[in-house]
Amino acid sequence: MLYAGIDIGSTAAKAVILSEDKSSVIARKLMPSGWNSRQTADEILAWLLSEGYSREDLRVIATGYGRVSVPYADSTLTEITCHGKGAAFLGGNDLTVIDIGGQDTKVIVLHGGRVVDFVMNDKCSAGTGKFLEVMSNRMGLTLQEFFALAEKGHEVKISSMCTVFAESEIVSLMGLGTPREDIACGAVGSVAAKVSTLVNRKSPSGVYFLTGGFCESPFLVEKLSATLNAEVKTCPDARFAGAIGAALLGK
Amino acid sequence: MDYRAMWESLGMDVKTHDLLCEALPGAFGSVYLSQDNRPEGMDYFYSVVAAIHGLRPAELVEHKKNGGKVVGTFCIHVPDEIPIAAGAIATGLCSGSQFWVPGGEKKLPVATCPLIKASLGARFDRTCPFFRLADMFVGENTCDGKKKAWEILAEDAPVHVMDIPQMKRPEDFAHWENELKGYLKKCEELTGNKVTPAKLREAIILVNKKRKALQRLASFRKLDNIPITGKDMLLVTQIAFYDDPARITEQIHKLCDELEERAKNNFSSFPKGTKRILLTGTPLSIPNWKMHHIIETSGGAVVCEEMCTGIRYYEKCVDESGSTIDEMIHNLAQRYMGGIHCACFTPNAERIDDIKRLVKEYKADGVIDLNLKFCNIYDIEGFFVERELKAAGIPVLGIETDYTDQDSEQLKTRVGAFIEMLGN
Repeated sequence: MLYAGIDIGSTAAKAVILSEDKSSVIARKLMPSGWNSRQTADEILAWLLSEGYSREDLRVIATGYGRVSVPYADSTLTEITCHGKGAAFLGGNDLTVIDIGGQDTKVIVLHGGRVVDFVMNDKCSAGTGKFLEVMSNRMGLTLQEFFALAEKGHEVKISSMCTVFAESEIVSLMGLGTPREDIACGAVGSVAAKVSTLVNRKSPSGVYFLTGGFCESPFLVEKLSATLNAEVKTCPDARFAGAIGAALLGK
Repeated sequence: MDYRAMWESLGMDVKTHDLLCEALPGAFGSVYLSQDNRPEGMDYFYSVVAAIHGLRPAELVEHKKNGGKVVGTFCIHVPDEIPIAAGAIATGLCSGSQFWVPGGEKKLPVATCPLIKASLGARFDRTCPFFRLADMFVGENTCDGKKKAWEILAEDAPVHVMDIPQMKRPEDFAHWENELKGYLKKCEELTGNKVTPAKLREAIILVNKKRKALQRLASFRKLDNIPITGKDMLLVTQIAFYDDPARITEQIHKLCDELEERAKNNFSSFPKGTKRILLTGTPLSIPNWKMHHIIETSGGAVVCEEMCTGIRYYEKCVDESGSTIDEMIHNLAQRYMGGIHCACFTPNAERIDDIKRLVKEYKADGVIDLNLKFCNIYDIEGFFVERELKAAGIPVLGIETDYTDQDSEQLKTRVGAFIEMLGN
């Protein structure tokens, strides 16, 4: 019996298969969530089967906000429990996990591998992946181009904590002729500030560990680390943390 | 039973009100009627809700036809005993539906708590019979939002505002006794009836009986196998603010007799492994069942509400020993000010002590601290709630929400994760 974890987030869907002893990830799948979670779930099932496993070989655990749309899952768990478990697997048992997701950001405190506390951002999308997506779209850039530009900039202060207001603030800055790289740098800085406000509401445990799609955006990690005044660890598999955690929690 | 004629005679906007009448059965059905193994004794309470704007208002109309008066209140610091002793009917008015919020936002800033907005909306939009029937609206300054909102309400309705102290020093109790005496006089003027010591004593005993019935009902939630859901308990509590006190007391005892049988058979309304949750924070006015529904469909059971629509409403009785009006007013002040730990007081450490005590009594696995959006005082006090409970080793989750359903998916994730955390 092998364990598969599926994490359907608002932006990206992630799936992994773990080795029999659950000690390593043997297959990974990353795809956009699209507009229909149900269809995404079907595509993931097709992928699982294409990896050479039959449905009966697998225990499937679904998480993420699309977890309810995985009809073939054996069980479901919330992304908070799964991200905690996955982060402990990747980064150690005592961590403060920061997950910057497409529509929400969460801080999860782990003691001895157990979730002991967590906090999620409110309804507003400031401090989430959506914020940077909106800002890069407004500037006509892909996220990758956006980060590359931001790295060269000097941070301008973007004070609005609301995505919609921040967008109009950026339009004003562009109108004033502020260099694009400075604006991009400011937007990343704003996410780091918002995330650290959330972090500061909890008592941190051990080191910081970033999960989610920004694990391979070194500039964001650097900004976050500067704002928190502490090291922030991550690794390329951290975007799969939710899926890994789900698979690990399969019984 | 068609109540349209009554609603029209009350000057209600019946067309708009129809929208509420259409929405309520669906909401009630999905939250309440979807429960398996509902106690038969709940049928009375379900029938009251099914005709919430008909049955009881019709009784109030009848009472008024005979020259009686109706006093509407918004806060559990305001004693029902006083209007009852003056021969009036006391009714709760707090509004718990998003339906009335846009109406309130016509007069109040959007950044006002939904309870206040809904209450003013219900009056100004003429879509609630209770807000048409009240001859006197009793406000109180338990928060800045209410304090100012009553000034706006007073432009449309007869309002009497009571000044609740912000501290609990001896001089504050003396002040509250004076306020209660003022309220008594006001009720006498309204009804034309003299409040005699015998009448006041009778009212104290009547309301205490209702409290004792609710206490008996709540005690079943201390059992390992809980024979009643949190949702049902919440509904009974909410109806207790509106219903005839003697009748509801009898109905609650009937329900309790049935639960006693269930308890003998170790019957549980919840599957094994359900996590026991204590809710604390801002009130849940009818028909606000949102959090209970989310918790009880996410692997949790609400075992206690440390709220105005909960323990604070019924846990303590008024001392019945007084024989003069002054003695009874003193006893009422002790109960209605000293016995309620609202965040409007500073300091308010007794509330934290209460939560910790109730966690033990009701064997709660965790606490959810619920805050209605824009309720500053509870939001700020949440700092102490979280810190002190954590220090005592009690898991706690802070939730901020309003009357809309827009955030229900996010809330399900938070509550679901909290319950998973309690299980690991």
